[in-house]
Amino acid sequence: MSTREPPPGRPSVDPDVDLSVPAQRAETAGAGRWRVLAVIAAGGALGATARYAASLAWPVAEGAFPWTVFGVNVTGCALIGVLMVLLAERDGAAHPLVRPFLGVGVLGGFTTFSTYAADVSKLLVRQEVATAMAYAAATAVAALGAVWAGAVSTRALLDGRRAS
Amino acid sequence: MSWLLVALGGAVGAPLRYLTDRAVQARHGAGLPYVFPWGTFTVNAAGSLVLGVLTGATVSTPLHALLGTGLCGALTTYSTFSYETLRLAETGRGFLAGANVVVSLLVGLGAVFLGAELAGGF
Repeated sequence: MSTREPPPGRPSVDPDVDLSVPAQRAETAGAGRWRVLAVIAAGGALGATARYAASLAWPVAEGAFPWTVFGVNVTGCALIGVLMVLLAERDGAAHPLVRPFLGVGVLGGFTTFSTYAADVSKLLVRQEVATAMAYAAATAVAALGAVWAGAVSTRALLDGRRAS
Repeated sequence: MSWLLVALGGAVGAPLRYLTDRAVQARHGAGLPYVFPWGTFTVNAAGSLVLGVLTGATVSTPLHALLGTGLCGALTTYSTFSYETLRLAETGRGFLAGANVVVSLLVGLGAVFLGAELAGGF
């Protein structure tokens, strides 16, 4: 079914896994399954540890704008934009464990949605409504801007290199 | 000690997100590749619910490192969520992109509050 395939050279919607891409659908088939899950686990451990390190290095007081998680999420979004464009550029030629390790594991484990949602909720419970709203909106806008900037600038760099 | 617990939680959370995403796509996505990214939506909502429970139950610091910072942190993701939103917007699905942001945020907040209530309140 040709409509199930993403356009050639263009990454699919879900960077964690897209079952409409045959190679990704087959990732958990056979003996390679444990290798894929192992690199995702290793990446997740690294990403989560890096986020924890950031939270220790830049602690944020209760009731204040959660700058550290904000920075972690925005950074991770910029990097996934870069990574997915680089992987699409290689058009399946990149090592098959790069996306599971870096995209699913490291960046997925580094960034967090639950802490974001919990921090917004805590700010609301503390009646810090303005900070809660500002944090909720600023993260969404900055994260989307970062993933867009990462993807667009990487595409421009690759196009420039190809043209020269 | 906390470092190991965070790493252990992350090592479980990230594969759990991957496997959940696959399972959700296999159920919903058959024949429809570009539909709403339900897999990521599911893990983000589920992780927010669990973190809400941990917040409401005021668990010990080591348990929070393992399950909150590690497991829920890695189970949920902002990078995948943002990238999906970008791809929806870039492929002419602006409405779905906007809906993904608004619905994920509202459901995430609701899940945290629900979890906290279930565990005894904030």
